[in-house]
Amino acid sequence: MTDQAFVTIKNAAKSFGKLEVLRDINLTVERGQIVAIIGPSGSGKSTLLRAINELDPLTSGEVWLEGVQINKKLPHRQYEAHVNQVRQDIGMVFQHFNLFPHLTVRGNITLAPTMLKGLSDADANALAEEQLAKVGLSEKIDEYPSRLSGGQKQRVAIARALAMKPKVMLFDEATSALDPELVDEVNLVMKQLAEEHMTMIIVTHEMDFAASVCDRVLFMDQGVVVEEGPPSVIFEKPEHERTRNFLRKHLSR
Amino acid sequence: MGLDFTVVPGYFGILLMGMGWTISITVCAGLLSFFGGIIFAVIALYGHWTLRLPVRGFAFLFMGTPLLLQLFLIYFGLIQIGIDLPAFVAGVIGLGLHFAVYNSELIQASILAVDKGQYEGARTLGLSRGQTLRRIVIPQAVRAVIPPMGNNMIALLKDSALVSVIGVMELTLAAQQAISRTYRPFEFYLAAAFCYYIINLALEAGLRRLERRIAASR
Repeated sequence: MTDQAFVTIKNAAKSFGKLEVLRDINLTVERGQIVAIIGPSGSGKSTLLRAINELDPLTSGEVWLEGVQINKKLPHRQYEAHVNQVRQDIGMVFQHFNLFPHLTVRGNITLAPTMLKGLSDADANALAEEQLAKVGLSEKIDEYPSRLSGGQKQRVAIARALAMKPKVMLFDEATSALDPELVDEVNLVMKQLAEEHMTMIIVTHEMDFAASVCDRVLFMDQGVVVEEGPPSVIFEKPEHERTRNFLRKHLSR
Repeated sequence: MGLDFTVVPGYFGILLMGMGWTISITVCAGLLSFFGGIIFAVIALYGHWTLRLPVRGFAFLFMGTPLLLQLFLIYFGLIQIGIDLPAFVAGVIGLGLHFAVYNSELIQASILAVDKGQYEGARTLGLSRGQTLRRIVIPQAVRAVIPPMGNNMIALLKDSALVSVIGVMELTLAAQQAISRTYRPFEFYLAAAFCYYIINLALEAGLRRLERRIAASR
């Protein structure tokens, strides 16, 4: 590690056979920073996000979190143990929530803390109550996910990730699968996290949200970062033609 | 000689005992087939080949040969190599393993049908592959497979009549005992059929309740 950044991605590249989905990507995120990744579908933004916690490992390049290399080359067993360990520090929220349908909301939230951190049932319950209160769903603690709306499911998914006390949160199009009227409740929770200075990397199609919450915006296209900067620059006076084209389509929606 | 059902009540005791044994065998073999089915399914999908190949051969053997023959093999055959099992145990093992193989096929398909997002959700929290399988994938796969597995359990109950041939005093053999004393086959076989029907109704009601209970958690 040469710099003091919190999350560092160096020379990241990924290809499936001949298809290059990521090319020479460098990104540093400081503690407490909120970075949005925008771009057309197929631009590699989700792949980049999923490389951070080794869901989609890079072909080459490095990913670091607080001085620890996430994608260390290790023998299989050690690699698995290492990845399981570092993932505990990286919360992730998915487009399709991925709540566990066979567990109640409480079970969803307490599972990992009890299994991986050895929390007692009482402590885990208190934790679940605390996290649920934060996302405004205390009364749903004993419901099964099938009984929740999409927005509620996503808020539970956020609470589940937060219960592991992650150092950084990754959001992969967290509101894309939601009905329009349910988007705000999720955005609100994310804004609240931003106010608490949670480090966040957010892949999103919502330019308004990115503009109002994020410190920095990356515009990706065809596997490369075309340009990045504060939202005021990216959204108001982007340098590149590709960025302008993309924003024209998305802002005039 | 006409039909005379008045002889049946005199043999209630023996029929009831037969029912008891039929239920015991079905419950024990059913549990064995359930847990055995999960274990076989996991080995078939994720096991090292040194485990996977024997299990596959074993499954082929149990699916491709008559259950009756399997019961003979376990009860009479194993004695020759020094394994002398009580008839009840041999019957439970035979029935249980036979249906474990069928349950395993169902559970394998069900495991493969669990959404990829479930693995990703669990792995991103830091769960290992094994933990994900145990706590997330298998519980969901088993819930999804309960209705078709219920059909296997009903088949198991009916096939439990086969263990009469190795001398377990279950319902069918109990009826035969009554017949050998009264020479009334029609009455007692019909009575036994009625008893099977009653057990089946109870089993189906139980399965329906179970399905309702897990409906919310799927």
